[in-house]
Amino acid sequence: MSDATRIGEGPGRRSYLVGLVLALALTAIPFALVQFRLAGTTATVVAIALAALVQVVVHLRFFLHIDFHKTPRENLLALFFAGFLIFVMVGGTLWIMFDLHYRMMP
Amino acid sequence: MFGRLTIEALPLYSAIAMGGALIVVFGTLAVMAAITWMRAWGYLWREWFTSVDHKRIGAMYVILALIMLVRGFIDAIMMRTQQAIAVNSDGYLPPDHFDQIFSSHGTIMIFFMAMPFLTGLINLVMPQQIGARDVAFPYINAMSLWLTASGAALVMVSLVIGKFSTAGWTAYPPYSGIDYSPYVGVDYWVWAVLLSGIGSTLSGINFLVTIIRKRAPGMKLMFMPLFTWTTLCTSVLMAFAFPAVTVVGVLLELDRVAGMHFFTSGDGGNMMNFANLLWIWGHPEVYILILPAFGIYSHTVSTFSGRKLFGYTSLVWATCAIAILSFTVWLHHFFTMGSSANVNSAFGIATMIIAVPTGVKVYDWLFTLYRGRIRFTVPMLYTIAFIVTFVIGGVTGVLLAFPPADYLMHNSTFLVAHFHNMLIPGALFGYFAGLNYWFPKMFGFRLDERWGKRSFWCWVVGFYLAFMPLYMLGFMGMPRRMEHYDVAAWQPYLVVAFLGAVLILVGLTFTIVQIVVSVRRRAELRDPTGDPWNGRTLEWATASPPAPYNFAVIPTVTGRDAFWTMKADGTAWRRPARYEDILIPRNSAFGPLIGAIAFVLGFAAVWHMWWLVALSAVLAAIVVIIRSSNDDTDRLLPAAEVERIETAWLAEVAAAPRPVDEPARGVPSAALPGAAT
Repeated sequence: MSDATRIGEGPGRRSYLVGLVLALALTAIPFALVQFRLAGTTATVVAIALAALVQVVVHLRFFLHIDFHKTPRENLLALFFAGFLIFVMVGGTLWIMFDLHYRMMP
Repeated sequence: MFGRLTIEALPLYSAIAMGGALIVVFGTLAVMAAITWMRAWGYLWREWFTSVDHKRIGAMYVILALIMLVRGFIDAIMMRTQQAIAVNSDGYLPPDHFDQIFSSHGTIMIFFMAMPFLTGLINLVMPQQIGARDVAFPYINAMSLWLTASGAALVMVSLVIGKFSTAGWTAYPPYSGIDYSPYVGVDYWVWAVLLSGIGSTLSGINFLVTIIRKRAPGMKLMFMPLFTWTTLCTSVLMAFAFPAVTVVGVLLELDRVAGMHFFTSGDGGNMMNFANLLWIWGHPEVYILILPAFGIYSHTVSTFSGRKLFGYTSLVWATCAIAILSFTVWLHHFFTMGSSANVNSAFGIATMIIAVPTGVKVYDWLFTLYRGRIRFTVPMLYTIAFIVTFVIGGVTGVLLAFPPADYLMHNSTFLVAHFHNMLIPGALFGYFAGLNYWFPKMFGFRLDERWGKRSFWCWVVGFYLAFMPLYMLGFMGMPRRMEHYDVAAWQPYLVVAFLGAVLILVGLTFTIVQIVVSVRRRAELRDPTGDPWNGRTLEWATASPPAPYNFAVIPTVTGRDAFWTMKADGTAWRRPARYEDILIPRNSAFGPLIGAIAFVLGFAAVWHMWWLVALSAVLAAIVVIIRSSNDDTDRLLPAAEVERIETAWLAEVAAAPRPVDEPARGVPSAALPGAAT
């Protein structure tokens, strides 16, 4: 674990607060979209998915302090590996389920 | 107060179920009485249950696995008996009971036999192989063990209180939904899987961090013993695949108790996504089971051939390739669900590709054997049986990877024969080889060879008798999970399969006899040096059983087969200039406590006692917080104590007679003409 991740050194309280505000906003947007029906179904689903993805990046950046320059290379590699597996699982699932959906349409 | 738990939950519906319940109850009482009679509770609690020592935790995992192996096997032989007699008759098991049995057989063998067995062996061996004193997170290790044990306890309790699932070990909806399975069976399945799944995820992360962070100085990744490599890949699979089964279990439970529609038709639910999500975990899972076994075979084949492992680098890359590919093939478990030809062929091709790295491994093992000085010990016998039998299973697997062929075979006993062919000679024989090979590391004495060989022959012949007929029955069109049938032509094959199961029963009994006999002969079978087989890797550099700290001085590694090198240049068993104080983690009651709370939580959730669910969840959180706030978790073993332990052991090593069938210690075995060593 890099030294920058120890509380008290490196990124200070400001970074955590920015992260918190962003995370709250990215949570509030999807809920608002659904609660007040601000957009059509497809647009809502896409917006929720995007908000979730940005949320992941916010957590990595502000809470886990992943940084392309300071984070050790092996940690970044592990992260990319995780990203690859998630791509395989989520991408594969979407492929399989949309294929089935298409074939089951009347 | 008690949710839906009433007196009707007792298995009064069938004499056989009642018998099973009584065996569980009286068996538990008998064990507890025996412990009380031996006044061993205090000892067990202090030295074992609260232990955070990776060797002890490993041994407890293996004991749990062996107990659950017996339970899972009883299920198996009950099914074989039923099918051997149930032509044009009802047999002796009612359908509801038969369905519970095949569901619990699969669940137990995967989650509570194979998983604890491999986790136990990894725990025992991996830290020693990399020259570490313990795993990275010893306390989480204990928690994983007790979570797994609580899941196993839930499955066992379902025999006595309520019923187990009848939905098979995969629990596909809609049948596992609340409409078709309203009683507690599926809930037992979900909670047992969830609890043990959390344990496995934590184990995976723990092993991963251990291998990355705690290797001895000089041990590069490409110097690691092969079992450590397979553990690394298995841990990656555990850490990334198990969350999928956790999610799928939670979603299924939400469907069942909260009226949601993830997997039921209505409100956009889709039952086929259950199969999809389950197998995203399920396919990596079968490689989680097999990869550690591959690692074990790599060690036994090289140790008992007296040769360096052939093609180390290719074995490492093959292992990594298998681990990655295992995430890309999950759809082959549901080719027949109705995907288009494009999807099916993509996953079919990915599946066939896995045969390539696996084939590389088989050739590497064969070339290691070639011109080796082979010792036919029990682990070696299992290894040879594995190589031959596993190839048959691999070939039938490639056959099933063709979607058109799969359309004919799916859900038939051909499939059942295929995956048992992978999991018994592949995984289980590997664990048995590992048990025989590393047992001295666990308890300080070897297992009896004679009974081991008898058990081996019964297992191998029994396996062929039990499963080869199932291949043929699959071609004859017999579906899996039949409670009774009306095709008289199937019966002779099923009778042969039943005889195979009986032979395996004899083999299992001999395994137990082997352990009992070995315990009685433990003085004779004692391993004073810590290196009973003339081993090559670092786990043999410690005493048997190892001291709590494993290595008094952390070894420096300069190449592969580190201990072999140490023996060759005379640095093995050498007294260091001076000993130092060693910090070791202190025992903790929090592991078993978390396990007990998790069990209560699971049981309460199964029976809808929601107040108790909330109470135990709060308790668990409090326990974790208390433990996490404790900074004083280590104790210091003074240098004088280390010196006393080490001196006693080194004196024993010096006095130990040298076994005749081994090359001289400290000297590399003489090369045969033409054989590369």
